[in-house]
Amino acid sequence: MSSLAFRRLTVRYGKRTAITSFDDLVRPGEWLCLIGPNGAGKSSILRAAAGLVVHSGEIEVDGAPLSIRSARRRAELVAYVPQSPELPADMTGAEYVLLGRTPYIGYFGVETDHDRSMVANVLERLDLADLARRHLGTMSGGERQRLVIARALAQEAPIMLLDEPTSALDIGHQQQALELVDRLRHEHGLTVVSAMHDLTLAGLYADRLTLLHEGHVVSTGSAAHVLRAETLSEFYGVNVMVHHDDDGTVVVVPKRAIS
Amino acid sequence: MADRRIDRVPRGNPALWLPLATVLLLGALVLGVMIGPAGNWGSASWNIIWNVRMPRVVLAGLVGAMLSLAGASYQGVFRNPLVDPYLLGVAAGAGLGATIVFAVGRSSTSGWLIDPLPLAAFLGGSIAVLVTYLVGASFGADRSGVTLVLAGVAVTSLATAIQAFVLQRNNDVIREVYGWILGRLTVASWSDVRLVLPYVIVSSVVLLMHRRHLDVLRVGDDEAAALGTHVPRVRLAVVVAATMGTAAVVSVSGLIGFVGIIVPHFIRLVAGSSYRRLLPLTLLVGAAFLILVDIPGRVLQDPAETPIGVVTAFFGAPFFILLLRTRRTAS
Repeated sequence: MSSLAFRRLTVRYGKRTAITSFDDLVRPGEWLCLIGPNGAGKSSILRAAAGLVVHSGEIEVDGAPLSIRSARRRAELVAYVPQSPELPADMTGAEYVLLGRTPYIGYFGVETDHDRSMVANVLERLDLADLARRHLGTMSGGERQRLVIARALAQEAPIMLLDEPTSALDIGHQQQALELVDRLRHEHGLTVVSAMHDLTLAGLYADRLTLLHEGHVVSTGSAAHVLRAETLSEFYGVNVMVHHDDDGTVVVVPKRAIS
Repeated sequence: MADRRIDRVPRGNPALWLPLATVLLLGALVLGVMIGPAGNWGSASWNIIWNVRMPRVVLAGLVGAMLSLAGASYQGVFRNPLVDPYLLGVAAGAGLGATIVFAVGRSSTSGWLIDPLPLAAFLGGSIAVLVTYLVGASFGADRSGVTLVLAGVAVTSLATAIQAFVLQRNNDVIREVYGWILGRLTVASWSDVRLVLPYVIVSSVVLLMHRRHLDVLRVGDDEAAALGTHVPRVRLAVVVAATMGTAAVVSVSGLIGFVGIIVPHFIRLVAGSSYRRLLPLTLLVGAAFLILVDIPGRVLQDPAETPIGVVTAFFGAPFFILLLRTRRTAS
């Protein structure tokens, strides 16, 4: 299990600063969920950790900075699932998951038998063997999402970054996908950082929530601590009712404005 | 059930397609050597077969292989199935280079040790792609490669305009220039083959070695980078190799359009679009395709020939329109 530390992470796009001096330590095996309104900087944090945006400050895995690693070495530590993954319609499920082995293949190399059997194994364990020979274009949203997670798993990285993993799914498949991530997290000792819009789901699955607003952290801690009606109304500008169950579950329900 | 059967038969087995493509190429080679205005196998003299037909067939094969392979590689690296060497400005740049040589005067260069015509075409094509690439990359924040294609269109227009200007000033060479542009393998000799062969070999080897990277790039720049691929490096290597090969063959064959689109798309239809399968098959089938397409041009209007560029455009343009149509209905 690996820890992920952000030290004074700052991301700028031209003049606009997306995230300002973000500090956090994600403990080994922890699931941190980034929440906040659109443009708060959730995706920027994930993209910086995946090495996709120029940033200042440092991101460390087990105390060692990622910036000194090559793209390949970084990909061995950090797997990234974007908000809307690119899914070539006529690629088969197996070919797609096999892409997860890319960091382990030399520049002019090809996949080894180990890579192939590893992929077959991942598909088997995730109950996706049926999708191996089917084309991505013929699959449902839920099937595709599970394949994307399977690809990230085939990458064998101890840290998994998920940007809005459920935004394109119906409620059943949302639950299915998040359950899968949670199961894999426990089976493989993964450290997970996700960005999510659904606050109730975020509170249900993550160990810790961090609420961002305009690039700054406004609150971090347990769901019960972060998800408060007054906090959400201040930063999301919404009128919500927050219901706290005895077992710690927090439910966020929107209320209609009374005019 | 039906789905699986389709999967298993044509796509799953690259071991089946490679020999098939090889047989096709060999067949095309034999046909190309046998058929010609001087009579078929047996009646034509060995001299005609060895010094006229063989270099022409071999050159057509090299040109077809290179244009098809370059087309497929450009399509992969820019993630745009409609890109081919022509859209990126290679053709227009090479045409401009050749036009300048014709305008300066072929007679004054006849005594030169090295024929400047292929060199000028090569230089023009390379410069055009370089400009396209720099312009496209500097504004190319979007990941679809659209900026690059637009840059290619702009560079093509500019080169064509300069070419028109040069031609207008030197209208005595128009006939020669257009003869060259339309693509003629008629005067092919072994020295042409020797001239392009090294470029075609180097370029093809580099491109084939990047076929796994092209498969990774199918999921987009961001995800490819997150998977550990150094995207700009891969893109540069593929573009340089494809351009070098294209410019080299264009410099001896003239401009032959649509091959880089027709062949890769045909292969995608029958064998799927994984680049590891696509690139080697494109190389073989592209060679066979151009050899075969060159045959009717030789026989139809014997002894005056139909330029091969006209034949490929005749088949290619309707195919391209069909492709646009199916893509629109698909999306």
